[in-house]
Amino acid sequence: MHKENQPLIFEISKEGRIGYSLPELDVPETDLSGLLPEGLIRKEAAELPEVSELDIMRHYTALSTRNHGVDSGFYPLGSCTMKYNPKVNETVARLSGFANVHPLQEESSVQGAMELMYDLQEHLVEITGMDEVTLQSAAGAHGEWTALMMIRAFHEANGDHNRTKVIIPDSAHGTNPASATVAGLETITVKSDENGLVDIEDLKRVAGEDTAALMLTNPNTLGLFEENILEMAEIVHGVGGKLYYDGANLNAIMSKVRPGDMGFDAVHLNLHKTFTGPHGGGGPGSGPVGVKKELVPFLPKPVLVKKDDVFTFDYDRPKAIGRIKPFYGNFGINVRAYAYIRSMGADGLKLVSEYAVLNANYMMRRLAPHFDLPYDRHCKHEFVLSGRRQKQLGVRTLDIAKRLLDFGFHPPTIYFPLNVEEGMMIEPTETESKETLDAFIDAMIQIAREAEENPEIVQEAPHTTVVSRLDETQAARKPVLKYSRPEKAEPVAVN
Amino acid sequence: MKHRYLPMTESDKKQMLDAIGVESIDELFSDIPEKVRFDRQYDLKPALPETTLVKELSALAGRNADSNSHASFLGAGVYDHYKPIIVDHVISRSEFYTAYTPYQPEFSQGELQAIFEFQSMICELTGMDIANSSMYDGGTSLAEAGMLAAGHTRRKKLLISEAVHPEYRDVVKTYALGQSIQVEEIPLKDGQTDYDALSSMIDGDTAGVLVQYPNFFGQIENIREAAEIAHENKSLFIVSSNPLALAVLTPPGKLGADITVGDAQPFGIPEAFGGPHCGYFAVTKKLMRKVPGRLVGETTDEEGRRGYVLTLQAREQHIRRDKATSNICSNQALNALAASVAMSALGKQGVREMALQNISKTQYAIRAFKEAGYEVLFGGPSFNEFVVKCKEPVADLNGRLLDAGIIGGYHLGLTYPELEGHMLIAVTEQRTKEEIDALVQEMEAIHA
Repeated sequence: MHKENQPLIFEISKEGRIGYSLPELDVPETDLSGLLPEGLIRKEAAELPEVSELDIMRHYTALSTRNHGVDSGFYPLGSCTMKYNPKVNETVARLSGFANVHPLQEESSVQGAMELMYDLQEHLVEITGMDEVTLQSAAGAHGEWTALMMIRAFHEANGDHNRTKVIIPDSAHGTNPASATVAGLETITVKSDENGLVDIEDLKRVAGEDTAALMLTNPNTLGLFEENILEMAEIVHGVGGKLYYDGANLNAIMSKVRPGDMGFDAVHLNLHKTFTGPHGGGGPGSGPVGVKKELVPFLPKPVLVKKDDVFTFDYDRPKAIGRIKPFYGNFGINVRAYAYIRSMGADGLKLVSEYAVLNANYMMRRLAPHFDLPYDRHCKHEFVLSGRRQKQLGVRTLDIAKRLLDFGFHPPTIYFPLNVEEGMMIEPTETESKETLDAFIDAMIQIAREAEENPEIVQEAPHTTVVSRLDETQAARKPVLKYSRPEKAEPVAVN
Repeated sequence: MKHRYLPMTESDKKQMLDAIGVESIDELFSDIPEKVRFDRQYDLKPALPETTLVKELSALAGRNADSNSHASFLGAGVYDHYKPIIVDHVISRSEFYTAYTPYQPEFSQGELQAIFEFQSMICELTGMDIANSSMYDGGTSLAEAGMLAAGHTRRKKLLISEAVHPEYRDVVKTYALGQSIQVEEIPLKDGQTDYDALSSMIDGDTAGVLVQYPNFFGQIENIREAAEIAHENKSLFIVSSNPLALAVLTPPGKLGADITVGDAQPFGIPEAFGGPHCGYFAVTKKLMRKVPGRLVGETTDEEGRRGYVLTLQAREQHIRRDKATSNICSNQALNALAASVAMSALGKQGVREMALQNISKTQYAIRAFKEAGYEVLFGGPSFNEFVVKCKEPVADLNGRLLDAGIIGGYHLGLTYPELEGHMLIAVTEQRTKEEIDALVQEMEAIHA
């Protein structure tokens, strides 16, 4: 275990060192004082580090060893689909004709990039069963907001100005209600029933003339398929609302059922989940939005169109909600997703969902004797255990999560969804082998036993990480959000 | 079918089905109503083996003109800059790029510390107190700043300069529409924001004043004046800034900015046909609890060692849900890491040298165009962009420049009708004197 503080890059800085290579200036140097008014010339240099190239590489290599990714080990973080990130994706995204292309070049000089985008859109249309797809949204939450803005515009275009309510299940991701607020809509919560599914009677109660949309993840965040989806669609469409599909869990159902066929009018996908765009430590992602015909006129600008084998961006979209992002979305992530879809093909994507679901059910059955399983039925790509039994022994789900770190596993998503006490949401994905699943299951069973026999070892975990539990209260109470240089010490007078 | 990403074997499958107690995988999907089950195969292009895939995508990439094969004078918010080679080596370490958001701090100290360093570097450049861990891009970051201003002041109007990037302005308007906030544009005067117009437009409903520094035309405005007008009216002053320029310009934090946003793309991030780039978001202390997105803070572990955690999370969607300050969840973490590495490689001296090279080369190009008889618009100082009145339609010109191995500038007529026939030309440190001379010559040759 490392006992010392890991230095910040500022702390290894030494005056006069450089880590860059710029050519000599080949034109006369401009004198800033002749160009700018005195008040606009920077007086104190920005205190960026002064380090050599090797200093930088060692620093970040050290940081990387203090970080766990999918390539480091199993990462069954529920709802995040932490599957393998194929290396060929990284190679093709770095091709100069993709990486070094400017978004405002003449369209004739970027036809290859536009063709890739168009083809990806076509593939996503087929996978989701929608009529058109835009690649512009930068991430899942951005996609949610984009689609809600379109739904709102659709209602307003129909003179329906009072459709201001978005119905969201109590088990939904936090982005759903937040996106509704940002789109200027209000949230109504619909309850889950004793089977972990949307309570149909409650849905009937909350749906009405003010319903703009129902936002639904299916399978839901418990990993359960909302089998009453057709009845739900009927209820929502019956009152004039739209159905929105949160694609966070699409990995469970590819080739089995399509959002468009279930009655959804709009969908966002997380290309950084199902379609292997790497998570990058929190991003960048890509959150394309697919819609049915009625919503197409409201797609954000510009819309990519193909005419006589030539691709152009169409800005003449009078009903469009406007622009949601500069340029055309996170193209670099879209290239990776396209490479993945082309690697898998239709047969491959079908196996992806089948194996993701098989893996999750296998883990769920093997773990069920050792933990509480609040909803005992076939799950889809993920399942939620409850740590209630262990809590009675004084071991909380947080402790179990921290103890898993000692086994080299990233813990599941914990305390989510909110309707499960001491929840642990486990999503293995299809890229993990049975041996890996078994090793994780063994670790969980051992921790369950420790909770009974030796709870301290769980309560005091982690024991092997580079730091032990961190004081989050202190971090929030006295926020230190940036490096401060130590005050230069005055030379001590010597007599 | 077997696939290199799918480790399942027939014997695994059998053992797992037995353990579950079902006969087939299909049984696990029996809860999907028959009526909606997808009963055919996806109609997709056939799967490709690895080598073929690379060939096919290389062919697509090969059909695009890029800033390696061409000398690019196109900017308008995205620039061809020096990208230290080390950047790609660091972000290719898969402990970084295959990790999720650092929700388990003991397992994510590397990422958390890297973000903390990013926040610190952005504060240094902008002169602000607090920076977050990144936003999608400069445009959505500016829009979020406008929403913050409206929420903070409880006012319903934003005044945005026409000298702000046209696409950024469009994004601000879309976000504003969602929250029923009015957006009015402050007109231009000689390529800069008309501060007299601002003075007469601002009123008790104005939540924020949004400007760009240097502005969309490359002009370096004296934004202190705008800050004073905003503050006299108790509106927030919001500045969208190219962070590279701040290496030599007085930072917005010293000129009265309450919020400074922008895109860190100039630091080691490829143009990538418009994204992913890296929005940044920085504020004064008093707005700390209003910031959208993730913040990393320093703390200690049980043994007193220094460590880093996500903090002040009560602002965020996963805690606050419909009351959150923003809906942002995924951000641009890996690109923030790229920018941090580039800012470290350039360092205190390099950012300044690079910014100065941009200014000097731009001044050289302005002189070259003037000497060739071109009208160069706007009287103020330029950072790395300027406006030239072309002697021919810009699209024709750009088409033929491409044949000469040059990516020409941005046609301003697309977004400023009064500037039809004008080109916004960017000159970064990447452009050599020869390339600048060649641009002027080629434009002349076409004209002749």
